[in-house]
Amino acid sequence: MTQPAQLAPRPERTGTPIAPETFGVVEQPLTLRERAWDNGALRKTVLLVLLALAWEGYARWVNIPLLVPTFSATLQAFWEGITSGVLPGRTAYSVRVLIMGYSAGIALATILTACAVSTRIGTDLLETLSSMFNPLPAIALLPLALLWFGLGNPSLMFVMVHSVLWPVALNTHSGFRAVSNTLRMVGQNCGLTGARFIVKILIPAAFPSILTGLKIGWAFAWRTLIAAELVFGVSSGQGGLGWFIYENKNQLEVPSVFAGLFCVILIGLAVENLVFRNIELRTVRRWGMQT
Amino acid sequence: MRPDDGPGVLLDVHGVTLQYKTRELLVTATYRVGFQVHQADRFVLLGPSGCGKSTLLKAVGGYLAPVEGEIRLRGKVIRRPGPDRMMVFQEFDQLLPWKTVKQNVTFALTAGGLLSGRAAEERAAQYIEKVGLTKFADAYPHTLSGGMKQRVAIARGMAMEPAILLMDEPFAALDALTRRKMQDELLQLWDDTRFTVLFVTHSIPEAVTIGNRILLLSPHPGQVKAELNSLPPGDGDPVAHKALEDRIHRMLFADQVEEAPVPSGGRES
Repeated sequence: MTQPAQLAPRPERTGTPIAPETFGVVEQPLTLRERAWDNGALRKTVLLVLLALAWEGYARWVNIPLLVPTFSATLQAFWEGITSGVLPGRTAYSVRVLIMGYSAGIALATILTACAVSTRIGTDLLETLSSMFNPLPAIALLPLALLWFGLGNPSLMFVMVHSVLWPVALNTHSGFRAVSNTLRMVGQNCGLTGARFIVKILIPAAFPSILTGLKIGWAFAWRTLIAAELVFGVSSGQGGLGWFIYENKNQLEVPSVFAGLFCVILIGLAVENLVFRNIELRTVRRWGMQT
Repeated sequence: MRPDDGPGVLLDVHGVTLQYKTRELLVTATYRVGFQVHQADRFVLLGPSGCGKSTLLKAVGGYLAPVEGEIRLRGKVIRRPGPDRMMVFQEFDQLLPWKTVKQNVTFALTAGGLLSGRAAEERAAQYIEKVGLTKFADAYPHTLSGGMKQRVAIARGMAMEPAILLMDEPFAALDALTRRKMQDELLQLWDDTRFTVLFVTHSIPEAVTIGNRILLLSPHPGQVKAELNSLPPGDGDPVAHKALEDRIHRMLFADQVEEAPVPSGGRES
């Protein structure tokens, strides 16, 4: 590459900015339509409505109500399920078992992570166990659970604990390890040690990861529960949503099967968007730890 | 107390050798470094990157034990971190992101059991006002600029009223204009309260501005090269400043200039 011997001289220049009042737009509020389209909830609602319309149209076109009930028939079955009290009862049963299994899983995860934080062998234990068991689907343990605990809640609890424990423990542990050295030093500087250090520094600092673990754990537990109920259904005359779906399938009440599935989805959405979303807004979003 | 401890000696670093391990290496960071910090000193540790000055500060903080020599604060050997040696770090993430400005300062006071309830809040408010952040007392750290975060960290350190404030290049990550402003503010704060500060920097102008006493460390492993008196604060004489800066520059980099032509130095950089 050759270089010019001299830079070509260029004239200097100045500009005169015109007064702001002479502009057409400096700042102007967006129109209602622009703002509405910015709203994620509205966009998603539009999508949902379109999907429901597509479903309704397809079901009418196929016209085999036994296999593909229309959206309106599903809604009607759902409404009847609710008003008759069957669906709320089954849901309540499932949710109760779910909460029991979920809390047991979290409690065990807490103990395991506490071991992992305090000792190196505990870390090795957690890493080994979770790499062994995390890829193992909870449902695969169901036959074993039935052998050990028989039909009923203990079996459900066993598979649910399995599905909650590993993701929660794994995420919490990796969250703890990712806490910056500076923050750790600040905590020590303030005179925090032992359990107080964990509670006041490590847990809040790792909260984004912990929350992710809790979310994954919840989704796993919910799926596992419904699937497990489908497999061995009822115990002592009671049953949850999975059993509701199974039962209605046997009676060829296909709209009710769809209504049961609908209910599973609704609860999943509700927990994700109401519970976890609010926790997120109040914690990690507010603290600027997650955008 | 050591017999050679003068009456005003607050921190006595005596023949300290520091080593730390990385994955492959055992690194000697400083070799037999000694200095004494007096009450109300603005003591600066100055040296090029890798001279072990930050490691030395961490040892004074109690995060690292010397392999040789000892560090005494008011005659007591330092063994672990503690609230009598509050540290201000270079990193902006030293504030707890889940606490507001005010809660960050209060947290330090209550966590160590120094103060509680109203007393802690009043003390926090007082020091937040000192660094001029009263308007932002209820803001979360992620909404603040880098300079403001460092001010909060300084307020937190000072609110504990430690025996000595340890500052590890607190202004290094700031832009040049903010850095100048923060240096002036720090001197202003010192004028108000006359705290003792041990300040680490690799910037010669900053050392001359901030310090009243400057310890020069040689590069890797750090050894004492000189201990100088700086100019009085607020001394507007740019010529004296420049002269001192040049002198320090020559002292820090002299042997490199002389060594450079020697071919068989065998030195790794």
